[in-house]
Amino acid sequence: MRIIEAALITEAVAKLCIEANIVINDSLRNALINAGEKETLTLPCHALDTIIKNAEIAKKERLPICQDTGMAVVFVHIGVGAHVNGDISEAIHEGVRKGYREGYLRNSVVGDPVNRVNTGDNTPAVIHYDFTAGEQIHITVAPKGFGSENMSGIRMLNPSDGIEGAEDFILETVSKGGANPCPPIIVGVGIGGTMEKAALIAKQALLRDLGSVNRDPFWAEAEIRLLGRINELGIGASGYGGKSTALGVHINTYPTHIAGLPVAVNIGCHATRHSSIRI
Amino acid sequence: MQAIHITAPLNSEAIQNLKAGEQVLLSGELYTGRDAAHKRMFELLDENKPLPFEVSGQAIYYAGACPAPPGRVIGSAGPTTSARMDKYSPRLIALGLKVMVGKGERGEAVIEAIKEHKGIYLSAVGGAGALISLCVLRSELIAFPDLGTEAIYKLTVKELPLVVAVDCKGGSIWTTRLNR
Repeated sequence: MRIIEAALITEAVAKLCIEANIVINDSLRNALINAGEKETLTLPCHALDTIIKNAEIAKKERLPICQDTGMAVVFVHIGVGAHVNGDISEAIHEGVRKGYREGYLRNSVVGDPVNRVNTGDNTPAVIHYDFTAGEQIHITVAPKGFGSENMSGIRMLNPSDGIEGAEDFILETVSKGGANPCPPIIVGVGIGGTMEKAALIAKQALLRDLGSVNRDPFWAEAEIRLLGRINELGIGASGYGGKSTALGVHINTYPTHIAGLPVAVNIGCHATRHSSIRI
Repeated sequence: MQAIHITAPLNSEAIQNLKAGEQVLLSGELYTGRDAAHKRMFELLDENKPLPFEVSGQAIYYAGACPAPPGRVIGSAGPTTSARMDKYSPRLIALGLKVMVGKGERGEAVIEAIKEHKGIYLSAVGGAGALISLCVLRSELIAFPDLGTEAIYKLTVKELPLVVAVDCKGGSIWTTRLNR
């Protein structure tokens, strides 16, 4: 049994909130540069140039990439041999509080979804726990902006709808979103499970590095095919047309019920952010 | 394409000269306002009370910035999704609001109001908050401080890079995709 102080988790989460919001990862940066090189039209070129320049400015000036520094989504994998000395959830919320305050990040959370008073410290975070072997704790902070979150969707399809039905729903969702989710987007897809499982694995799909593929060749092909179809929609960077509507389609699947085919589409913007640490 | 320099508030002539698809560099004054500020302004209008600033002739930027780090005027300050303000915009345009700056497409009622009252909708690149923050020279709190980032601020900007998304004749860079 390894004892981990809750204060250590607070510190780690605070740092992750700040880093995730300031620096995009290399796979995303490279994908944006590649997209820019393929574009020929004036306006999408302007959009991609601006997006790439913005990421550079953010990193150099230590400013958030986007003013929507998101609702903090936190994935925690707890090794069964690790014991946290203190309340781990409170430690994570405190880390979000500290990170958003010290990083000059925007407080974007309202306490009641209808009566809407800002909580003033970006808490609560949305926390997903899972257990794993070992004595370590792995934490990922994925701040999620709502320009893209709002354009996400879930539908409970029928088994007979098959892969065609799933692809049509994914395309419909991306198409409806248009310029709103800040394209070029990353499309996280969750297929199978129950309603909430599909949504969760769709969000987890956004954590995958761009360029990574589903291990199952059937789904790897579906990812490539969908990326092609999405980039033919002509939405383009910032909605200005052209070839760069999406940088990647990541599909996660899970076994499901004999009567169902849940499909969740979680859209990530061109600054889909996440930062991880192992304690 | 050479970007056209414009200064807000924009006069009618400047607005009429701009066409959908043109790149502009906007300097001058803008008022920030997003979901909660629009809701408040509508409550004031419904009660026949004055708005916190005279919207006639002015420009609204759909944005809620990050807090300013020490030594800076403002934090990251990119546009938010304009479509969420579609419910409110026609009434403000009828009151004389001339310029809207945000990201993403607008609904038909907004485009009709823009045409009727000779306004304009300019698009900023969504998610370019750090870059845009460097264009802000001054930020002054105008109203609703309890709304935090959603309060109304008057921004003085220099050469904010934008695209004319809907011009005063209703021409739109998204015309071909409107029936999507």
